[in-house]
Amino acid sequence: MTPSGFLSQMLQFAVALSAAPLLTGWVNQCRAWLQNRTAPSLLQPYRVLHKLFNKESVVAENASALFLGAPYIVFGCMALACGIVPALSTDLPLAPAADAIALVGLFALARVFISLAAMDVGTAFGTLGARREMLIGFLAEPALLMTLFSASLITHSTSLASIVHNMAHSHFVIYPSLAFAGIAFTIVSLAENARVPVDNPATHLELTMVHEALILEYSGRYLALLEWAASLKLFAYSCIGLALFFPWGVAEVNDPLALVFSLPVLALKLAIGGLCLALIETFSAKMRIFRVPEFQATAFLLAVIGLLVHGLLGA
Amino acid sequence: MDGMADLDRILTVIMVWVAIGAVALAAQRRTRFVARTLFPISSLLSLGLAASALHAVFMQPQATVLPLGLPGLPFHLRVDSLSAFFLAVIGVTSCGTSIFSAGYVRKGEGTAPGLQCLQYHLFLASMTVVVLADDAYAFMVAWETMALTSFFLVIANHRVAAIRRAGYLYLLLAHIGAIAILLCFGVLQANTGDFTFANLRLQALSPFWASIAFVLAVVGFGAKAGIVPLHVWLPEAHPAAPSPVSALMSGVMLKTAVYALLRVTFDLMHVPLWWWGAVVLGLGLATALYGVVFTTVQTDMKRLLAFSSIENLGLIFVSTGLALLFRSYGMNALAALALTATLLHVAAHAMFKSLLFLATGTVLHATGERNLGKLGGLIRYTPWVAWLTLVGALTASGLPPLAGFVSEWLLLQTFLFTTNLPTSFLNMLVPLVAAAVALVAALSGYAMVKFFGVIFLGQPREEKLRHARDASWFERIGLAWLATGCVALGLFPGQVIVGVSRVTKLLVDFGLAETVRANGWLLLAPTSLQRASYSPIIFLLVVATSIAFTAVAVRIVYHGRQRRAPPWDCGFPDQNARMQDTAEGFGQPIRQIFEPFFRMRRDLPSPFDARPLYRVVIEDHFWYWLYRPVEVLVDRVARLAGRIQQGRISIYLLYSFLTLVVMLLLVGR
Repeated sequence: MTPSGFLSQMLQFAVALSAAPLLTGWVNQCRAWLQNRTAPSLLQPYRVLHKLFNKESVVAENASALFLGAPYIVFGCMALACGIVPALSTDLPLAPAADAIALVGLFALARVFISLAAMDVGTAFGTLGARREMLIGFLAEPALLMTLFSASLITHSTSLASIVHNMAHSHFVIYPSLAFAGIAFTIVSLAENARVPVDNPATHLELTMVHEALILEYSGRYLALLEWAASLKLFAYSCIGLALFFPWGVAEVNDPLALVFSLPVLALKLAIGGLCLALIETFSAKMRIFRVPEFQATAFLLAVIGLLVHGLLGA
Repeated sequence: MDGMADLDRILTVIMVWVAIGAVALAAQRRTRFVARTLFPISSLLSLGLAASALHAVFMQPQATVLPLGLPGLPFHLRVDSLSAFFLAVIGVTSCGTSIFSAGYVRKGEGTAPGLQCLQYHLFLASMTVVVLADDAYAFMVAWETMALTSFFLVIANHRVAAIRRAGYLYLLLAHIGAIAILLCFGVLQANTGDFTFANLRLQALSPFWASIAFVLAVVGFGAKAGIVPLHVWLPEAHPAAPSPVSALMSGVMLKTAVYALLRVTFDLMHVPLWWWGAVVLGLGLATALYGVVFTTVQTDMKRLLAFSSIENLGLIFVSTGLALLFRSYGMNALAALALTATLLHVAAHAMFKSLLFLATGTVLHATGERNLGKLGGLIRYTPWVAWLTLVGALTASGLPPLAGFVSEWLLLQTFLFTTNLPTSFLNMLVPLVAAAVALVAALSGYAMVKFFGVIFLGQPREEKLRHARDASWFERIGLAWLATGCVALGLFPGQVIVGVSRVTKLLVDFGLAETVRANGWLLLAPTSLQRASYSPIIFLLVVATSIAFTAVAVRIVYHGRQRRAPPWDCGFPDQNARMQDTAEGFGQPIRQIFEPFFRMRRDLPSPFDARPLYRVVIEDHFWYWLYRPVEVLVDRVARLAGRIQQGRISIYLLYSFLTLVVMLLLVGR
């Protein structure tokens, strides 16, 4: 491990953990503007987290240790995910520990734990949320994997750092397979982050909620951790998208100075990405839950078509 | 150490197993002695078997000839890296199931414990001999002993008609498979009359005959492995058997079919044709998809696991098919990668599926229920079983950093490394197969969340579950042993691959050991670090550190206050256990999405029913597409044959006389 590698790894963790709620706040703000509402402050997510951490946690009488442990596990998974996605630099000492496939596994691990925790108390909404979350997951997971495979086939690597490195250094070519992968990835990230056409993070309407149903029984610090983890997940997904499809401006090995520049570049890219997300959320309506698998299957098929196009055209 | 010693030790283990069985038969009435003394001894023997086998993996092949059986047809036995690997799997798994049985076996569950103990040990011994056999004759004897002993174990509770039916179905399909295997060996010996594997290896068959032998092998071993459409016995026989037996059948016996397929196609035959690989790949993929979709809609916990076994064997066939495909094109490095995925999945599946089957056994004993609709909340009453099962369920879902993920990772890597297959059609097929494999893996996660969540989480759906007792100490040791296996295999895949590469060197002349060693024990990288790497230990460490750090930090910066209260549930009062999702409810989305897979019958209540009844019956299409027509055909043929049976002795004498005349005419010409 080189000192600069250690530095960029630590910086990446610090940036992800501290800036993730900011991204959520930015998306909420953009959404409010677009929908003609008075926007909450950019710092609102931090205030919510602080408030929740200060509150006493009320836990259901029959909750088991699995229920109490799940928020920490989910948070730990998302923290690792943010640590291995090359957002600021490709020189990450932790990156070899988990490649693209392991990253998908990591998200799956978090999903399984939060679903199990939701089933633990045994309420009607919890089990409903768990079932819906797994339903969304079982199509999102392979679609995400296929998206990452499209990039792997182009760069001959599943290591995220190598993918970004090779993508950033190749001549500017338009890969048809990546176009398909991009659409698929957008759909997957909407579904995985509980965004509007699939789920609505701003509602507690029983018939439609997924993410909120999962965390319904949590309060206090557990809820805070889960909310923070959700922000981290959005941050990680945004960074994966940026790293795959807009890989410019990421610092390289042996280039500690570039870190100074990569931070504002990342901030700019995330701001634009957040605005696009708010646009999508404003222009689309929430789907019926049984339309969701079709929506997701579209993403899966597009990703597979992307792979096939790569096979046909060799690009 | 002396080279011969491993095989001798293995043979000693087999003999002591048989002796234990004999002692148990003699002491039939003394259940306590059989359970508490004989099974733990047997478990230690399994450990010895595993140790010798692990040693033998790295040794030169050792062979011996036993003067058993018919005169002039002695048993040839041989242990090489391939058989040693499977012996190690048998040893490690049976060590867990035997120690578990010490706490599980009890009176009043069908066959007397002493007799069951004999059958159990004969079953173990026959599986070991199947893997050791070095001639077709010994192989078939062991194979049939394995089928028969497991048949008797399946029908241990033979007073139940459904169990007898399941056993009969199992025996029937086992025999159809055995006929195919017998014919396969017949083709392989190419009229030399010598059935030793050494001779079979020497025969250079024409592509036509080799293909016939290959098809017969796939049918024969596929029937044992539960490959679609020969899978129907599996979901019937596994739930019927006592849990340790289900664990052995699913965890180990199905793997002997994989072993035999590898032995025949990679070791005994030399003219690989590309379509062989494609056939195995296609069958495996169909099986995996079919198995996993059925897994998600099951409502009986052991049936659910049986379908999950079908799925996993499908995945094993997928990677075997890939390996065959690569070998036929001379891409040995890729074939080795695919085979490594196969063997790791064999080991992983043996661990987690045995663990899960044993866990269902404890649940069955604690509650008397197999129906998921009547379970729930057991994590509060049987915490040991619940937490150990969680390890198994996570492994079965293929989640990092456990064992199931490693093989899945290697398999997906194999797809990504595939480039420049000579046929462009195959090149296009590879991404499609990868997509299907990814879908199967994700769906298995769905099924396992359902399995674990419905049994162990939530509120108990029946009052009696509140009195469920946790597993006994022997049972806990057995479960913990297998759970440790799941974790160890997941955390140290590099060490396992070093052993596995001896096997792949034997089969496709290439091993991954050097590359894996070069990259250090911490990182698993099949070729180079730039290409792909995965380190379960770092993965686990980082996640664990961030969990610990978060937990401590939250307590220090804020506080650790916590209060217990009734569940919130959006403020709805009067929650009861019936309001939770049932197993049917959890499977409902899958039932809707994959509707064409099922033959479904639904009885829906009308709103005015005084006692509403809701029922869904899900059946297998294959019964109606394949088995019913065959049944009708057999029935018709039997009726035709019945016409010549008059039941009068004079007519039968006439038949004999006519036969004699015809024979004389034929000979006389």
